[in-house]
Amino acid sequence: MGGLYVNRTRLILVALVVVLACALPFVLSSYRVFQFNMVLVYAIVLLGLNMLTGFNGQISLGHGAFYAIGAYVAAVLMDHWGVPYWVTVPVAGVICFIAGFLFGLPALRLHGHYLALATFALGISMPQILKYKGLEEWTGGVQGIVILKPEAPFGLNISQDQWLYLFTLIIALVMFWLAWNLLRGRIGRAMVAIRDHPIAAEAMGIDVAAVKTLTFGVSALYAGVGGALGAIVVQFVAPDSFVALVSITFLIGIVIGGLASISGVIYGALFIQFVPNIADEISKAAPWAVYGLFLLAFIFLAPAGIAGFVRALWARLTTGSTRKKRAAQTQET
Amino acid sequence: MEAFLHQVFSGLANGAIYASLALALVMIYQSTHHINFAQGELAMFSTYLAWAMINAGLPYWAAFGLTVVASFFIGLIIERAIVRRVADAPVLTVVVVFIALLVILNSVTGWIFTYTIKVFPSPFPEEPLFGPYISSHEAGVVGVSIFVLVTLFLFFRFTPLGLAMRATAENAVSSRLAGIRTGWMLALGWGIAAAIGAIAGMMVAPIVYLDPNMMSGILLYAIAAALMGGIDSPLGAVIGGLTVGVLENIMGAYVVGTELKLTVALVVIIGVLIFKPTGLFGRSFVTRV
Repeated sequence: MGGLYVNRTRLILVALVVVLACALPFVLSSYRVFQFNMVLVYAIVLLGLNMLTGFNGQISLGHGAFYAIGAYVAAVLMDHWGVPYWVTVPVAGVICFIAGFLFGLPALRLHGHYLALATFALGISMPQILKYKGLEEWTGGVQGIVILKPEAPFGLNISQDQWLYLFTLIIALVMFWLAWNLLRGRIGRAMVAIRDHPIAAEAMGIDVAAVKTLTFGVSALYAGVGGALGAIVVQFVAPDSFVALVSITFLIGIVIGGLASISGVIYGALFIQFVPNIADEISKAAPWAVYGLFLLAFIFLAPAGIAGFVRALWARLTTGSTRKKRAAQTQET
Repeated sequence: MEAFLHQVFSGLANGAIYASLALALVMIYQSTHHINFAQGELAMFSTYLAWAMINAGLPYWAAFGLTVVASFFIGLIIERAIVRRVADAPVLTVVVVFIALLVILNSVTGWIFTYTIKVFPSPFPEEPLFGPYISSHEAGVVGVSIFVLVTLFLFFRFTPLGLAMRATAENAVSSRLAGIRTGWMLALGWGIAAAIGAIAGMMVAPIVYLDPNMMSGILLYAIAAALMGGIDSPLGAVIGGLTVGVLENIMGAYVVGTELKLTVALVVIIGVLIFKPTGLFGRSFVTRV
């Protein structure tokens, strides 16, 4: 449950991270800015998935599908109707919320393995649906859609990459703030209660069905917003960028970052953005081998992910210092 | 009509492959209540082993036999080394472990054998032997699948080991008290499932060609088949497999077009899960509060 409660040190840390994130585009090369932009995009998607899987206990192996829907909504809106890019993000979010809500309704009857199966099937069949001839007029079929990179507004003297990064950062901050509020409130508690003991949760008066479908919808909304931003940042969507492995990458992100942890999704996003790049230098197959080994290692050795590790380290550091203080006090007296 | 019959027969041949893989899924589900997401990749890896042996100059059926045996031991080792550790873990942990196995098998295969698509030989003659509606390979696939099914049936029905395995799946605690080494029975189940998967992989590879991602679609059909028949019913898996195979071909040819074949599997999976989660032959379980 890390990151849900406020205290001063934590607030200062969060402020530091935000300041650092704002400063990033002005000190890095434009390729690095692009990479960190994708980290923000992944963080938004992972946050949504972590709400669903980490906090609510519904396993999704198909979040790449909602990510794809968000990306395509943004691309089609911009390409076909010339809608400004910043309008496409909320539209993608709303459409994915509806899609997620609708998928969540039948998913209500499914638990554990079965839900994993149904979402897995959704993830595998998504590229085929996107390639479908009947939709080709909008989706561009196998070719996909190319989008133009937006210019910085208000006559700001920054590059397109820098502006896009800041734009994504603002949306990410809003999404994190919303998620944080949602998760520490009544609904967040209900979500965790349903994960831990659905029957007890129901007995306590929680509307299990409503909370679960709502969580599915909100989670898909996050994936959709991330997808729309991802499409704008990459400037291109095509069915083959949304294969089943994308959904698996997201799952890897939350497991390694830390299940049911808000800060964990940032570690997870950094992991899925940068580790494949490093591993890619060894072999084309290496990223996935590394993913697999890390997954096994984390599941067996550190089930709370990087966030849990950081938390433990933090606890050790702070208790260590208080112990020293106490020792100093006792010596004085 | 001829085209229709042809679609039905080739659907049955595909269905026989889905049935085998579905049977492997059911075997693991029956004994451990896990759905093995890595089943397809395991079969793919085995098929690559067979390809390597055939390339090294072994005759087809020798490579076939060796692959089945090797796959059996690979399955056995995976169960003992990895799956056993998460036997009582939450579902999410189990799913993640299977996903990890899936990506490791996929990438290791790509690493060793590269991602270029390879041709896998069929042991059956080129010219159609059984009339115009079905190719020899398709007929051979059906034959091999029937052989596998009958062998398995005889094994489980008439051998003491088969009985011990069924007992373990039915009631692990009592079986243990009766002196059955239940741990080994589960490992054996995994081994047999891996061997069945290897046969399915070698049968499907001449049709879809050999490539590390060849099984993802087939696994989806197998899952649809297993769910349709009832995830804990071997007979259901076979019937489900054949039904899904024919349905997929007919829908692909006449209704939705070949591009949306996978979506048919998705619709079947979600449809079964919503309207009849126990499948056609599955048993329903009541959980106590």
